[in-house]
Amino acid sequence: MSTYEPVLLARIHKEQSHTLDSYLADGGYESFKKALGMTPVEVTTLVKDSGLRGRGGAGFPTGLKWTFLPKDHPGPIYLAVNGDESEPGTFNNRILLEKDPHQVLEGIAISCYAIRSNTAYLYLRYEYGAAWRALQKAVAECYEKGIFGKNVFGSGFDLDVRLHRGAAAYICGEETGLIESLEGKRAWPRIKPPFPAIEGLFRKPTIVNNIETMACVTQILKRGIDWFKSIGVPPDPNNPRDAGSYGPKLYCLSGHVNKPGCYEVPLGITARQLIQEYGGGVPGGRGIKAVVPGGISMGFLAPSELDTPLDFNGPGKVGCLGLGTAAVVVIDDQTSMVDVVYNTARFFAHESCGQCTPCREGTNWMQRILHRIRSGQGRMEDLDLLLEVSGGIGMMPGTTICGLADGAGWPVKNAIRKFRSEFEEYIQSGRSTIKPCELIGAH
Amino acid sequence: MPTVYVNDQPVELKPDERLNCIQAAQKAGVEIPHYCWHPSLSVVASCRMCLVEVGDKKPDGTVAMVPKVVPGCQTPVKDGTVIVTNSPKVQAAQRGTLEYLLLNHPLDCPVCDQAGECGLQDFSFKYGRAYSRLAEPKNQKKDKPYIGDQITLFTDRCIMCTRCVRFTREISGTAELQVVSRGSGEEIDIFPGKPCNNKLAGNVVDLCPVGALCSKDFLYEQRVWWLKGKNSVCAGCSTGCSIRVDQNKDVVYRLKPRSNPLAQGEFMCDEGRFGWKYIHSEHRLKFPMQKLPAGITPVSWPQILPALRQALTEAAKRAPEKLAVVLTPFMTVEEAYLLCKYLKSLSPAARLLMTPAPVVGADDSYPKDLRGQAAPQPKFTIRAEKAPNRAGVELVLHHFGGTVESLDSILAQVSQGTLEAVYLTAGSPEGWITDEQAKSLAKAKLVIVQDLLDSPALPWATFVLPGTSWAERDGTFVNHAGLAQAIHRGLRSPGDAWPDGRICFELAGRTGIFHAPTIRQEIAGEIPALAALIVGDLGDEGIFLKSAGETASAADSETQVPVTGGSRS
Ligand SMILES: Cc1cc2nc3c(=O)[nH]c(=O)nc-3n(C[C@H](O)[C@H](O)[C@H](O)COP(=O)(O)O)c2cc1C
Ligand code: SF4
Ligand code: SF4
Ligand code: SF4
Ligand code: FES
Repeated sequence: MSTYEPVLLARIHKEQSHTLDSYLADGGYESFKKALGMTPVEVTTLVKDSGLRGRGGAGFPTGLKWTFLPKDHPGPIYLAVNGDESEPGTFNNRILLEKDPHQVLEGIAISCYAIRSNTAYLYLRYEYGAAWRALQKAVAECYEKGIFGKNVFGSGFDLDVRLHRGAAAYICGEETGLIESLEGKRAWPRIKPPFPAIEGLFRKPTIVNNIETMACVTQILKRGIDWFKSIGVPPDPNNPRDAGSYGPKLYCLSGHVNKPGCYEVPLGITARQLIQEYGGGVPGGRGIKAVVPGGISMGFLAPSELDTPLDFNGPGKVGCLGLGTAAVVVIDDQTSMVDVVYNTARFFAHESCGQCTPCREGTNWMQRILHRIRSGQGRMEDLDLLLEVSGGIGMMPGTTICGLADGAGWPVKNAIRKFRSEFEEYIQSGRSTIKPCELIGAH
Repeated sequence: MPTVYVNDQPVELKPDERLNCIQAAQKAGVEIPHYCWHPSLSVVASCRMCLVEVGDKKPDGTVAMVPKVVPGCQTPVKDGTVIVTNSPKVQAAQRGTLEYLLLNHPLDCPVCDQAGECGLQDFSFKYGRAYSRLAEPKNQKKDKPYIGDQITLFTDRCIMCTRCVRFTREISGTAELQVVSRGSGEEIDIFPGKPCNNKLAGNVVDLCPVGALCSKDFLYEQRVWWLKGKNSVCAGCSTGCSIRVDQNKDVVYRLKPRSNPLAQGEFMCDEGRFGWKYIHSEHRLKFPMQKLPAGITPVSWPQILPALRQALTEAAKRAPEKLAVVLTPFMTVEEAYLLCKYLKSLSPAARLLMTPAPVVGADDSYPKDLRGQAAPQPKFTIRAEKAPNRAGVELVLHHFGGTVESLDSILAQVSQGTLEAVYLTAGSPEGWITDEQAKSLAKAKLVIVQDLLDSPALPWATFVLPGTSWAERDGTFVNHAGLAQAIHRGLRSPGDAWPDGRICFELAGRTGIFHAPTIRQEIAGEIPALAALIVGDLGDEGIFLKSAGETASAADSETQVPVTGGSRS
């Protein structure tokens, strides 16, 4: 595995990698020109045939999503690029945007051409100041050089790319929350149907794609389907609905590892390989208690599950929600799972948009139960109550509008199922791990 | 016929009927509890109270169920849709949602205005669990006593259904209300310094399914289970909103709009909602009075009616063309008919007049856009014509050959002596005659005033007949669009005042008691334009006078479910 040569991150260590000159020197925007020489349908088909699946969390096949747009629509059609990247532990979009924004912008240009959109909105997480500045500069350069604007490269294709700085909330990353926010409203996810491909931004057909997905599109145009399919994991023959996990992936490794960072490796690497071969193991040689496979909304891998391949199917097979954003967080054996889960619960209670009753109240309730447990006031029956609440909120049981609630429930459910004895011991001991500083501003 | 199965019970839909699960279940008589959904507002499917299981019945009879619960409000039904509202899975979901809603709810029902008609109480009782599993202290949110001049918010009772917010965005268009904060810290609020005082604002209190938004006018006045409601029609303008008058011991406490797709839709305006206070005015006329040599004296009805009949008969004999009855657009169709018919029986030459309806400004339509302009397709209109029954009274008047004339013109005729005897009916809550105008009455030989409030005309009256407000009588009002709706007697009148219909009925010397449906049928036989009244009982929604087609649609409107609000003019 370690022989894999990074492609998406190939340029990030270069001097001035974020400038147009540097990008052009490396053959930049040639893929866009190539795409302009094809028909939009050909580009869409190419992306579809590559097997590219969205990198934003849900892993939906990108080309397939594009084909959901209404045929012969008079327009406008929009591309909304999701750079809200708020899943804890995730920072691959940030690196791409700060260090190689043109790779992303080229993917945006190609995608716009493929879906017949003349306007793309790039929705950037508010906190990403450096990325914001890099993007502003990069977009200005593109307009200057005629890469964006009217009749790009003399092809007759018009393209506008607009930057939008986000509203600083996790829910702005949910695709319809993002659309609402772009329209200037509260990022309250919309009920579906209609799906954005039919009725999205400004009530027009809209495709929402992640930043990394866009970078992959650039590379697929540049290197071709065969290259992309040579990397990653083919579909599971026993699962007719599996679309495979092809291509490179940016894994964000953090937590208790010696070398945290963003590593580009083929999809399907196991958590253990990632931690040992790339992360340099756990500090002090301590053991691993749990690993978050892809952002905290995905749940936890137990130590016995570390050989799970981190592709689109693997985490699901061991009870996790999915691959998510492939943000791998390592938790060592000195850390209390009660504290970890409290922290995730606090995050989601804070980020729930508050629209759906079960999510609004359920996330807050879980946080408060866990707070009580952590203050030494836990009861054994709290664990079943937590399981009931965490299992009852979300799109999967059908009780909420968006997936935030599923993501809020999953780590709680996972942790109690996989580490129940630790919770029981904690409750029985009556001890408290609340630090005085946490009480400031607590409930 | 498309067929939907609600808990195994087949329900037939009309071919073009587009319903959601809640509406389809309603047709089957099955309640799907819901909060955020409202027929006149957009669907947000966020409260998650209406969760049901749905499936699809295939032609071969097999049923494929969706593997999770879905919100009934967001799920349209079509031929073969199967809805299950009582499975263990649905019941668990309902219990779950209610537990969440009650988690931080203060449960201060004993001091809450909504108790007794509260969606949270009702659904918790039917679908919830009887105890809370919350071991932590509840969230506390500060009350907001000033949401608007008429509205107060008990913030912690709010269940965040956003009906109120959507109302101000979608129906009034004024968008004063919003959600602030996030997650369980969310609250309803106004923008600083921009209170919710639009002319439809009171509706947010009705829309609020719990006791969060309360009407300051009604606050702590009554427990709702003491109130007795009677269906009626607002007399504020010619829109003729269907309403309910809630009273206890003959005191009105509030008016509530009733849903009527034929009239205004779901709502009513604040002018009407709060404009009933004159019903309990201290200036109400309570006893019949007659000018005797000793001065104006209270007398009993059995005394005054024969005296009045005699005075009118004499006036008709003396100079019938100088005798006139002056009708107003505040009367019911029945009263106008009885009076006209009686007068014409005294002498065909006697005159019938009517004062025009007061007009204030222009029609005021909603929703408003940012610039305050009404949307091209209004959802609610407050009409400039500030009387409930111009259309109805005019139909009667024209049938009997009467004319509409201004009060000034009528008084001028009195001054000139072309009118000697005038029977003035009033009923307007605003003053209808000034001191100066009333002086013209000095020349008249006979002045009869039938009114509910004291007025400058009284000193000149020979006979004063204490009538009643619309809330105390039975009869028919015809709105701007020709919709005839029934008003009903909701409370007893003060003192010895009589409902105007009874006064007219007994004055005409008819036997029996005044019974509006019977008079309606009589009118229908006599006045072709009012033939539609032949049904006698106008039902809750009323009937259109105009064409048979419209009448038919009104008749089966029972089964119509309003999808959009607003008037159908
Ligand atoms: C609560 C929530 C938060 C999300 N946040 C993000 C995000 O920050 N960035 C992102 O790309 N996708 C996010 N998603 C996924 C998006 O809804 C959407 O699936 C994705 O942007 C589609 O892009 P892709 O197909 O390229 O992955 C989020 C989803 C949910 C339910
Ligand atoms: S699930 Fe939570 S975050 Fe998503 S729409 Fe509902 S309340 Fe908002
Ligand atoms: S809103 Fe309903 S449940 Fe809440 S206090 Fe009032 S009556 Fe009780
Ligand atoms: S105040 Fe009432 S209507 Fe408004 S959101 Fe709260 S519960 Fe709903
Ligand atoms: S009524 Fe359906 S979710 Fe609120």
